[in-house]
Amino acid sequence: MWDRNQMAARAAQELQDGWYVNLGIGIPTLVSNYIPKGIEVTLQSENGMLGMGPFPFEGEEDADLINAGKQTITELPQTAYFDSAQSFAMIRGGKIAMAILGAMEVAENGDLANWMIPGKLVKGMGGAMDLVAGVGRVVVVMDHTSKTGESKVLKSCTLPLTGRAVVNRMITHLGVLDVVKGGLKIVECADGVTEAELRAATEATIVG
Amino acid sequence: MKKIYPSAEAALEGLLRDGMLIAAGGFGLCGIPELLIEGIRKAGTKELTIASNNAGVDGFGLGVLLATKQVKKMISSYVGENAEFMRQYLSGELELEFNPQGTLAERLRAGGAGIPGFYTKTGVGTVIAEGKPVMNFDGQDYILERGIVADLSIVKAWKADPSGNLVFRKTARNFNPAAASSGKVCIAEVEEIVPLGSLDPDSIHLPGIYVHRIVQGQHEKRIEQRTTRKKEA
Repeated sequence: MWDRNQMAARAAQELQDGWYVNLGIGIPTLVSNYIPKGIEVTLQSENGMLGMGPFPFEGEEDADLINAGKQTITELPQTAYFDSAQSFAMIRGGKIAMAILGAMEVAENGDLANWMIPGKLVKGMGGAMDLVAGVGRVVVVMDHTSKTGESKVLKSCTLPLTGRAVVNRMITHLGVLDVVKGGLKIVECADGVTEAELRAATEATIVG
Repeated sequence: MKKIYPSAEAALEGLLRDGMLIAAGGFGLCGIPELLIEGIRKAGTKELTIASNNAGVDGFGLGVLLATKQVKKMISSYVGENAEFMRQYLSGELELEFNPQGTLAERLRAGGAGIPGFYTKTGVGTVIAEGKPVMNFDGQDYILERGIVADLSIVKAWKADPSGNLVFRKTARNFNPAAASSGKVCIAEVEEIVPLGSLDPDSIHLPGIYVHRIVQGQHEKRIEQRTTRKKEA
């Protein structure tokens, strides 16, 4: 099984040199710690920045410089700032190669639910619906099962959708699966996880 | 043409009425028009509909106007940081229209640009698409979203010149230019008003045509999530 950092490290293997990438809040944010040597990626923050740098040193925080999670960050030599309409124009226009996002549920056809639990959690979708509709490739990083052991990789989502048939690949604590015709295809199992265990934890149809 | 006003209260004079639609700039607490929000609180204007990406936090930003129950409806993409908001929404006191963040930005931009509607893939197949016309272009479904024309825009910039040309700073730009353009009238609050001619005309982020009134003031600029790293020895 992979922990949060191992899942982030595995997700970082998805990055390709020269890509512009948007990382969601939570585990996806950790991906920036594992960018492989020799790969240059530019991180987009949808509140209006390309070229997101690390957290500032203590005492150097700037209230005017935050990421989409409202955390204080820094700029890099290649940083560019722009407004929200421009930011989502580049997302909607397909200029962002990949988004790595968290999920509550994923279905075998690539449906994604990650923005609300009716009656419980009403925070909003933020930029997630725009990202999944607009970027070239959507990779989801999530726990494969809930705290009570139920599969979050389903035949169809039970929660309100963020996007329909938008996920390309999911990286869970049990392994990596791709959305293909007819269901999900196992790409690899996490360390110490057998294919049988991965199948048993998956409600969705596994093909091949 | 005199655009500079001595205070947020003075800048708001004659522009507020109950039930109006206000577009507000800002992302989280970054780049929010905190002085104008306080001015609206003092004016006591009620039944407001506010288009703003977020709703502030308890006691700061738009959270101030939620506490005084001056807001009837929010049009936002994310409201997760405000307990009073959640309480009013779940008890039915406050209406909420969730918009995907990019859709909200484009609705404001389009409204300001004379575009009454536009098609987007965002939200297709989700609750956001319910009741909205769908059009298929080149084999792909898109939904129709409407431009927003606000009665009043309230925005925050870093610098203004007396003609209303604005310069923003870092990620505090965010929704401010789109919100500014969507308003029939726009008030900008700024940290500094600089003399005419001192802004590089090539480096102006929002031309003064969009800005009708300017007020300079002191900003708290509160940080929502202070994250740092340690200096290595």
